Amino acid sequence: MSERSSNSVAQSSLLRISLWRRFTDCFATSVAALTVVLVLLPLGAIFAYLVYRGIGSINWAFLTQTPKPVGEAGGGMANAIGGSVLILGIASLLGVPFGIGAGIYLAEYGRNRFGDIIRFTSDVLNGVPSIVIGIVAYSVVVLRQKHFSAVAGGFALAIMMVPTITRTTEEMLLLVPQSIREAAYGLGVPRWRTTLSITLRTATSGVITGVMLAFARVAGETAPLLFTAFGNQYWNLNVNQSTAALPLQIFTYAISPFDEWHRQAWAGALVLIVLIVGAVAAVRIAVRRGALAGANN
Amino acid sequence: MGVTIHVENLNAWYGKVQALHDINLKFEPNHATALIGPSGCGKSTFIRCLNRMHETIPEARVKGRVRIGELDAYNGTSATQLRRRVGMVFQKPNPFPSMSIYDNVASGLKLNGVRNRKQLDEVVERSLNASALWDEVKDQLHKQSGAGLSGGQQQRLCIARALAVEPEVLLMDEPCSALDPISTGKIEELIFQLKEQYTIVIVTHNMQQAARVAEFTGFFLLGKVIEFDKTEKIFTNPSNKRTEDYITGRFG
Ligand SMILES: Nc1ncnc2c1ncn2[C@@H]1O[C@H](COP(=O)(O)OP(=O)(O)OP(=O)(O)O)[C@@H](O)[C@H]1O
Ligand SMILES: [Mg+2]
Repeated sequence: MSERSSNSVAQSSLLRISLWRRFTDCFATSVAALTVVLVLLPLGAIFAYLVYRGIGSINWAFLTQTPKPVGEAGGGMANAIGGSVLILGIASLLGVPFGIGAGIYLAEYGRNRFGDIIRFTSDVLNGVPSIVIGIVAYSVVVLRQKHFSAVAGGFALAIMMVPTITRTTEEMLLLVPQSIREAAYGLGVPRWRTTLSITLRTATSGVITGVMLAFARVAGETAPLLFTAFGNQYWNLNVNQSTAALPLQIFTYAISPFDEWHRQAWAGALVLIVLIVGAVAAVRIAVRRGALAGANN
Repeated sequence: MGVTIHVENLNAWYGKVQALHDINLKFEPNHATALIGPSGCGKSTFIRCLNRMHETIPEARVKGRVRIGELDAYNGTSATQLRRRVGMVFQKPNPFPSMSIYDNVASGLKLNGVRNRKQLDEVVERSLNASALWDEVKDQLHKQSGAGLSGGQQQRLCIARALAVEPEVLLMDEPCSALDPISTGKIEELIFQLKEQYTIVIVTHNMQQAARVAEFTGFFLLGKVIEFDKTEKIFTNPSNKRTEDYITGRFG
């Protein structure tokens, strides 16, 4: 009798525990969900507002024509779109191999004083204002070449990409367990080959994330381009000429007194965001395909 | 064909701490030798000196002589050259997670420059057969990643990967410690077959396993070899008191 009653007491307290657990579980889940919403809300709001302000001015002419003289309606940002692609291409070409290389060095060979110096330098570089980077590129490239150019702009953006790529590459490589490297050494694979074909390959998706992060960050930069790529009202795909870029064009149009230009600035901002998102998505898909293909051969 | 391994006056350090003291051993070709001893006595350190994996640890150092067949491991032989002839299976299965089953097995050859598709296909099939894994994975060689197998299958995959480069010696560091009895049984069977072609050195905590698979057994204690003899002798009539104490479970 007494046994049975104590049993039911135990059961009801178990029930209470499980109710309480269900409540806390539900509570924690909703808090987590709420924070996700809070994080995504500004992003969604910005994008929605951009679409609202910009979509009206986007048309075939905007995407294919160069700017019309002040006062004339129409014209577009084709030169700026092309220029941005050109400058970002140069920046990635210079910055990505350099950043990944430095990251590999730090992760695989950098457990020493020299490595610490590079790590510190890279973190400091990450915090240098972008306008300062622009000045550096100006004095290193523009002054020497004696003219503004896409190369100078790409150089400035590359400097900004390197620290992000370096540190994420290092961290992603360090996440690869030592046992994986040992497996390769044990097969008689030389160390450099292990680094490139095993460690880096295992960390590919993380490294790509770092690259895309750096890319997205510099794609919207205006300050470092002000006195490097400089901007251009006409079509130019010569890397040694001053070149238009979307952020520059948006900046110029946004501070102008003309309504038509304001509208075009919004449209340019929308195009810029779509370009960035498109590039990141394309690389992700390509990497996923490539990884699958890699596993297949 | 297996080769004889001679170890003479081998000492090893981690920084200032000496982990191995004056080891002298000889491993017979086409036989399996078991190394037993309490945790931390230096078994792993020892077999990692045989294929020069010890020196990949920062601050680690080796002194002494190791001869693998006609190769002098620490004199005039490069580490990579040596490791191609001395395969290793690690305590924890460590397949390459970003590679398919096929690529895992072929990795040793591919990374050393073999590109011939037909040759690779043959080697992969032969190695997976040898490690008793072929039947379980032959339909998903390219689809399944090495990390997507069970622990026991992963370990057999690692054995296949080691066999694919056709070494003369196979070092196994507690290859069954993470496996269930059935996988363990399969790997022991495998060791039995592999003996015909390789010199096998296996570290194990499982005395029954040592008794089952190895003709010779070495007992390690505190970085020294206490006794080395025919397995039967070690387990039935050890000449050293400390070996007997360990075997009978009185310490360790
Ligand atoms: N990376 C390392 N750095 C410093 N000391 C180490 C390192 N690895 C092992 N040691 C030390 O060397 C000694 C021998 O270790 P070892 O791993 O060879 O033992 P073991 O016999 O394989 O043990 P177990 O049976 O637990 O695997 C131990 O005292 C250990 O503390
Ligand atoms: Mg060990």
